[in-house]
Amino acid sequence: MSNKNSFLSNYFHRNGRALGSIGYFVLLMVIFLIGAPEAWIRPNLHQSVFVMMPTLIFLTIPLVFLVASGEIDLSFASTYAVAAYVFALLVKNGVDPAICLVLGIFTGAAIGALVGTLIVVFRLSSLVASLGVLFLLRGVILLLSNSRSITIMEIDNHWIYPLLVGNFYGFPMQIFWAAIFVIFCYYFFNKHVFGIHIQHVGDNSVSAEQMGINVNAVKIKAFMFVGIGSAIGGIFTTMITYTFFPTQGFGYLLLALAAVFVGGTPYWGGLGTIIGAVFGVGIIAYMEIGIIAIGWSGEWRQFFNGLIILLALLGHRLHGERVR
Amino acid sequence: MENIIELDNVTKRFGGITALNKASLKVTRGEVVGLIGDNGAGKSTLIKTLVGVYSPDEGDILIRGEKVNAWNALKARESGIETVFQDRALTPQQSIVKNIFMGKELRYPFGFIKEKEQIFEANRLIREIGFTSKLINAESPVGNLSGGERQGVAIARAIYNKAELIVLDEPTNNLSLNETQKVFDFVLNVKKSNRSVLFIGHNIYHVYDISDRFVILDRGEVVHQLNKNDVSTPEELMKIMRDTIGVH
Repeated sequence: MSNKNSFLSNYFHRNGRALGSIGYFVLLMVIFLIGAPEAWIRPNLHQSVFVMMPTLIFLTIPLVFLVASGEIDLSFASTYAVAAYVFALLVKNGVDPAICLVLGIFTGAAIGALVGTLIVVFRLSSLVASLGVLFLLRGVILLLSNSRSITIMEIDNHWIYPLLVGNFYGFPMQIFWAAIFVIFCYYFFNKHVFGIHIQHVGDNSVSAEQMGINVNAVKIKAFMFVGIGSAIGGIFTTMITYTFFPTQGFGYLLLALAAVFVGGTPYWGGLGTIIGAVFGVGIIAYMEIGIIAIGWSGEWRQFFNGLIILLALLGHRLHGERVR
Repeated sequence: MENIIELDNVTKRFGGITALNKASLKVTRGEVVGLIGDNGAGKSTLIKTLVGVYSPDEGDILIRGEKVNAWNALKARESGIETVFQDRALTPQQSIVKNIFMGKELRYPFGFIKEKEQIFEANRLIREIGFTSKLINAESPVGNLSGGERQGVAIARAIYNKAELIVLDEPTNNLSLNETQKVFDFVLNVKKSNRSVLFIGHNIYHVYDISDRFVILDRGEVVHQLNKNDVSTPEELMKIMRDTIGVH
């Protein structure tokens, strides 16, 4: 009996937060289904959600790693655009899109490394410093691009287009890549030294350091991972729309952060859930699109986004406070 | 006797404050060294330098007679030095197994973790150190444990890594009599297996009982070293300490 108790309590400790966000997702679906059954049955609603979800997944999941390490990054919304800009500019200049893709992702990683190093080495507040970088990079993009968008219809003919964002018998390929990314990140976070060290560092960085973990390196790598995720998100979106536009990514800033926390990753570090974050993304994406689909005006969207964040936070409190 | 570790004239400063001043100390194989000193004597700095949390500003660190450079916590652990820190160095939201293997995870190639093997070993270890509650297993979060049990996890970590030298920083603080006895048993077992312990304590009776040799630290300097044979009672050790550091 007691063995069973300990199994259940350990299981709940490990998965309670993910289960919570799955619960909210199901609840939201039920509410929508009752509220607007005819809209719910139409497949195009779900299709538009599935077009939005991959980008949000590439942004949100790496943020789970970073938040679990005890830091936060707002600059990812601009990194997203910088990487997309590098990609689009190079494609426009005749560079092979596959190379552009690699260079774009590399740009994201480099920005992440710089932001991480700045924050970790100078011990800056990651919230404030990354807010600064968010504006700074956005300014750089607006200046470099002269506030003009870049259209890259030419990638349509290149093999990476159908492979990454094409349509496979009606199935958008980016969903497939996002799914691979989620599976990879699940193992990376839970079964790999990188994820485990992130959890130790976010939980108690002094203990982690005493046990020989290089705390600064772990944090910088987490920032890099966020940069890589943002770059992938930005480049994918640019490919899907054939357009880089200088304000791109800004709209995802608060949505991705909301998805992390609605998904059950607590703000204080040490814990995180990849599966929860996927459902967090689902909740945010369905809120964005579902409100319109059920025939309410777009003005309600922000209201409900706010409401669901607060309800989710209250719900996740059931999993208890931070243990010390 | 082989020296496991030797600090040779090590100085450590923080800003304008000299926390350690030309401190020299060695621990040989199979001995239990008790480090004593008043609050602020530099015990904590000495320990953290010895185990690589701080790097010395001056002086050398020798491992088995060989000088090491760029000393850090990872190198210390790889050299066979494990530390049970005063604050236990645990991450309370993580499971017992993750804490036992923190920083030294059992790995497959490419950094993936041998999770099943770790859980099996952790369950064996927590039984070995005397966890009897059926409510606790390797996957329980450390945050649910009592102070003594947390100490047990920190000690299990040192046991698993089969350290040559185990540094115990104030290991009996806030422990019950029974738990203190467990720590003593552990120290004696380590000694029996011809490995060494550096024992730091406030409680001079505890240090006296367990140690073969005493090192007295005052204001960042090693002011006196003596063998168990040189003193016959803890009271005498206390008197020597007071006389040496001038506290009455």
